[in-house]
Amino acid sequence: MPDLVWASATELAGELVAGNVTSVEVTQALIDRSRAVDDSIAAYLTPTFDRALVEAGAADERRARGDALSAFDGVPIAYKDVFVTRGVRSTSGSKILDNYLPPYDATVVARCSGAGMPMLGKLNMDEFAMGSSTENSGYGPSRNPWDLERVPGGSSGGSTALVAAGGAPWAWGTDTGGSVRQPASLCGLVGFKPTYGRTSRSGMIAFASSLDQAGPITRSVRDAAALFLVAAGGDPLDSTCLKEEVPNVLEGIDRGIEGMRIGVVREFREGSQPGVQTLFEESLTRLEKLGARIEEVSLPSFEHGISAYYLIAPAECSSNLARYDGVRYGARVDGDDIVQMTSRTRAQGFGPEVKRRVMLGTYALSAGYYDAYYGKAQKVRTLISRELEGVFGSVDLIVTPTSPSTAFKIGEKTQDPLEMYLNDIFTVPLNLSGTPAISIPCGLSADDGLPVGLQLAGPSLDEATVLRAAYAFEQDLGFSERAPL
Amino acid sequence: MTDTIAEDMYETTVGLEIHVELATASKMFCGCAVAFAGEPNTRVCSVCLGHPGTLPVPNERAVEHTMKIGLALNCEIAEHSIFHRKNYFYPDMPKNYQISQYDSPLCVRGFLEIGGHRVGITRVHLEEDTGKSIHAGGSGRIADSDYSLEDFNRAGTPLVEIVTEPDIKSAEQARAFVTELRALIESLEVSDVRMEEGSMRVDANVSVRRRGETEHGTKVEVKNMNSIRSVGRALEYEERRQRAALDANETLIQETRHFDEKAGTTSSLRTKEYAFDYRYFPEPDLVPLEPATDWVDRIRASLPETPAQRRARFSSDHGLPESDVEVLTASYKTAGWFEDAAKAYGGDAKKIANWVLADLFGLLNEVGIELQDSKVAPAQLAALVKLVDGGDISGKQAKTVLAAMFETGKDPAAIADEQGLKQVSDTGEIEAAVDEAIAENPDVADKVRRGNLGPIGFLVGQVMKKTKGQANPGIVNDVLRRKLTS
Repeated sequence: MPDLVWASATELAGELVAGNVTSVEVTQALIDRSRAVDDSIAAYLTPTFDRALVEAGAADERRARGDALSAFDGVPIAYKDVFVTRGVRSTSGSKILDNYLPPYDATVVARCSGAGMPMLGKLNMDEFAMGSSTENSGYGPSRNPWDLERVPGGSSGGSTALVAAGGAPWAWGTDTGGSVRQPASLCGLVGFKPTYGRTSRSGMIAFASSLDQAGPITRSVRDAAALFLVAAGGDPLDSTCLKEEVPNVLEGIDRGIEGMRIGVVREFREGSQPGVQTLFEESLTRLEKLGARIEEVSLPSFEHGISAYYLIAPAECSSNLARYDGVRYGARVDGDDIVQMTSRTRAQGFGPEVKRRVMLGTYALSAGYYDAYYGKAQKVRTLISRELEGVFGSVDLIVTPTSPSTAFKIGEKTQDPLEMYLNDIFTVPLNLSGTPAISIPCGLSADDGLPVGLQLAGPSLDEATVLRAAYAFEQDLGFSERAPL
Repeated sequence: MTDTIAEDMYETTVGLEIHVELATASKMFCGCAVAFAGEPNTRVCSVCLGHPGTLPVPNERAVEHTMKIGLALNCEIAEHSIFHRKNYFYPDMPKNYQISQYDSPLCVRGFLEIGGHRVGITRVHLEEDTGKSIHAGGSGRIADSDYSLEDFNRAGTPLVEIVTEPDIKSAEQARAFVTELRALIESLEVSDVRMEEGSMRVDANVSVRRRGETEHGTKVEVKNMNSIRSVGRALEYEERRQRAALDANETLIQETRHFDEKAGTTSSLRTKEYAFDYRYFPEPDLVPLEPATDWVDRIRASLPETPAQRRARFSSDHGLPESDVEVLTASYKTAGWFEDAAKAYGGDAKKIANWVLADLFGLLNEVGIELQDSKVAPAQLAALVKLVDGGDISGKQAKTVLAAMFETGKDPAAIADEQGLKQVSDTGEIEAAVDEAIAENPDVADKVRRGNLGPIGFLVGQVMKKTKGQANPGIVNDVLRRKLTS
C-alpha cells in the first residue's frame, strides 16, 4: 500500500480497482495534506473539499456496484482557476471576477467529472494567466514547496505548488507561453503541453486564444499521458478544437528511444544558469546512453519568439479582456455614466501586469501600427513554424532546458517585466508553433539544490513520441526527490 | 426650375450599406432562438452574453443564407474567407467586440440591375448583431439619459452586410435599388426584410460634385432611414442640402448625419475627427470559411426566380399591365398569393388582379397587414369572383362579401347565404316586380314607351327596392326594355 499523498494517480487508480482503499479515504488524505500545507504554499483560491468528499462517496458506490465511470473513477484532481466550474467561483486570478459563479463547466472539467474524478478545488495563478511566478495573482503569490521564499513559477503556479507538496496527485494547468512547463520545471514536476487544439478551450477563460492550451501537471510521465487521454478530442463547443482521432499515447510509452534522433537547438545551447547548464548537458549524455542520437540543429527565428509572443498574446488579450466591463457579471464600480463605470471597474479590477498587456496589445493593433507590430509578429510566427517543420524533417524531437533558471525569489523580478518575460524564452516558440512539448525533472541544480526541468518537443500531433522519450528519460533517471515541506 | 438647373450643374453619387438580419432558427454563434421583440433577455445564453471561457460556433445555415444572397447578387463566393474582430466598447455588445468580416469577405464583386442600370456590389459579408440599448430619460440617446437598460435578445443574431459601389446617381435610384434588393432577398426566404422592425437597415454615403469633375465630392454618411420611403426622403434632402452648400461656395465636411423622420431633414451626428479605430484582427476562435464547390453549386442551383424574371413572366403569362405587375411583384409573398388565386380561378387573371389591387389592398391598408397575413385565402378570392361571374351575386354585393371574408376568413358562398345576399335572376319573380313598378308609375312608363329611355333607370331602382336589392340589375333592365319598348 503506497503513501496515499505521494502515490501517482495511476497507482491510486490501481489501489482503488484492487479494493485496497476507497476514494473517500484517498480524498480525505489529500484534503488533510492540502489543509496542512496550504498556509505555507497558498495554492488554493477556492477549495471544494466537501464537494470532493461527496463525489468520492459516489465514486465508491459506483465501484461497489461495478459501474466505475473510468479507470480513474474516484481519483481526485484540482484545477487552475482559469477553468470555469459550474456554480463554483472561477476568478482566473483576477479581482474583476472575484464574485463570478459560472453557469457551465469547462469541457476539460466536464470530461474529468465524467470520468469520476472528485474536484478538490480551484488553484491560484497569475491574473488571467499573465505571468511566470503567480506574483501577478489578484490574491497574492503561491510559494514553492522546495523553498517557501521562492516562486512556484507561473502562471499555473498554484497547480504546481499543490502537486509538488502532495496536496493532489495531479492538476490541470494551461500553457500560453510556457505556463504549464515552466512552473512544472521550477517545482520538480512533469508539465505537458499537447498540440494546440488537442483539448477544447471551451470554458478556459481566454488569455491569448491562438496560444492557450490546457495541459496536465503530474508527478509522472505516465500520469500526464493518462490525463491527456481523459480530456483530449474534438468538442462541438470549440470550432478550433482538433477533430483528429487522439492516439492512445499510453500504448508503447515504454518502448524506449533506441535510434531516436534528438536535436539540440544551437541558439539555446547556452545562456542558462550554470547549474541548469550542467544538468542539461548531463541529460544529453543520458539520452545518448539510452540509444538516442543527439544532433545540433539551428532554429535562428526562435530568438525572436519572445518579441513576437509579446505582441500576439497582448493583442489577443486586449480584445479577450474587453468583456470585463462591469455591465453583465463580475465586479462593477459605479460611475456617473457608462464610460466612467467601465473605466473605474477596469482600473480597480485589473492588476498592473494585465493593464500593461492590454495597453501593449491595444497599441499593437492600432491603425498605423498593425503592420509593424501585430502583422510582423505573425510573420515571425509563421517563420518559427516553418523552421521547426524543417528541423523535424531530420530529427524526431528537439531538446532544451525548460527554463534558463531555477525558482527565483519572490519579488526578485517583479520590478523588471522584461527579465520576467525572458523566463519563457525556451517555451514560448513552441506555443507560437502550436506543437507538443513536455517538461520533466532532470535533477537538482548544483547552484541552489532546486529542481531543473528538461524540455522535449515534437512535431504537431506527435504527442506519442514526446511522451515515449520523456518516459524513457524519467525511468532511467529515477528522480524521486520530494519537496522538503 | 431651380431643380433642373441644379441637376444640370451637379451630379449625385450614392453608395449604400445594407444590413439584413437573417431569419435562421438559431443565432450566429450559439443555440439561442432568433425572433423579433419578446420579453427582454429571455433568448440569451452564456455564449451570446459573452461569459468568460465561451467560444463562438458558426451557424452553417447562416453561412448558406449569406451565400444565397451573394449568388443572387451575382457575386463570386470566396474560396477562403475569415472572420475578424471589430473592437469597440459599447454596453449592448457583450464581448465589446463584434465578430465580423474585414478584408476577406464571403462574397465579392457582384451587381444588381435596376431599370437597366447596373449597380456594383462590392461585398456581402456575415457578422453578428448587437443587443439593444434602451436609454431612459432625456432625448432617448445615450448622451443625456438617466440610465440605460440592455436587452441582449438580439445579440448574436446573424447579420449580413451588403456594400454597393458608388454607382447610384440619385435619391430615386437609391429608393429603387433598396426596393429591388428587398424583393430579391425576400424571394430567397432568408430574412423578414422589414425595415420598420430593423431586420433590414440602410445607411447611405452621399456626395455631390460639379458635373465633369473626376474626384468625388465630400462624402456624408446618412443613418436612421427606417423605411424605403425614408431612404428617398433623406437622400433627396441631403442632395438638396449639399447642392445648396456648393451653390453658396460652402465647404462640406465629412461627417455622419442622422435622418429625422418627422422633420424630413438630416442633422450632424459626428464628424470625422471621431472616426473609430476598430483594431480589426483575425478572429482566433474561428477557423476559415472554405465552402466546398459542390455546396456552392447546390445553392446556386436552388435559387428561385428573381423579381426581374418574375415581372417579365407576369406581363407575358398573365397579360397584366406594367402598373399592376409593379405592385403585385413588389413582394415575393404578394406575388405568390396572387398567382395561387389566379390559378384557382383559371380565367382572366386581370380580374383577380383588379380585386386584389382595388379591393383587397384597401382592406389590408386599413388594418396595416400584408396580403399573406390576411384571413382571405387565394382560393376564396377565386371563388368570390366566380360567384360574380355566374351571376350569383352582384359586383356590389361581392364587395360586402369580401369585407366579411376579410373579417372572418369564411368562404364567400357561406357568407352570401348567411347575409341573404343571393342575387335574384329568376325572371318570373323579377317580371312580377317589374309589372308592379310599371303599374305604380304609369307616367314614367309612358315616357319610356314614347322612346325616352332616360327614366328607365328610375324604374330599375323601383324594382330593386321591391326585391330588396337582390334582383340582378342586368336582368331587370332587360325585362323593362322588353315590356316597354318592343
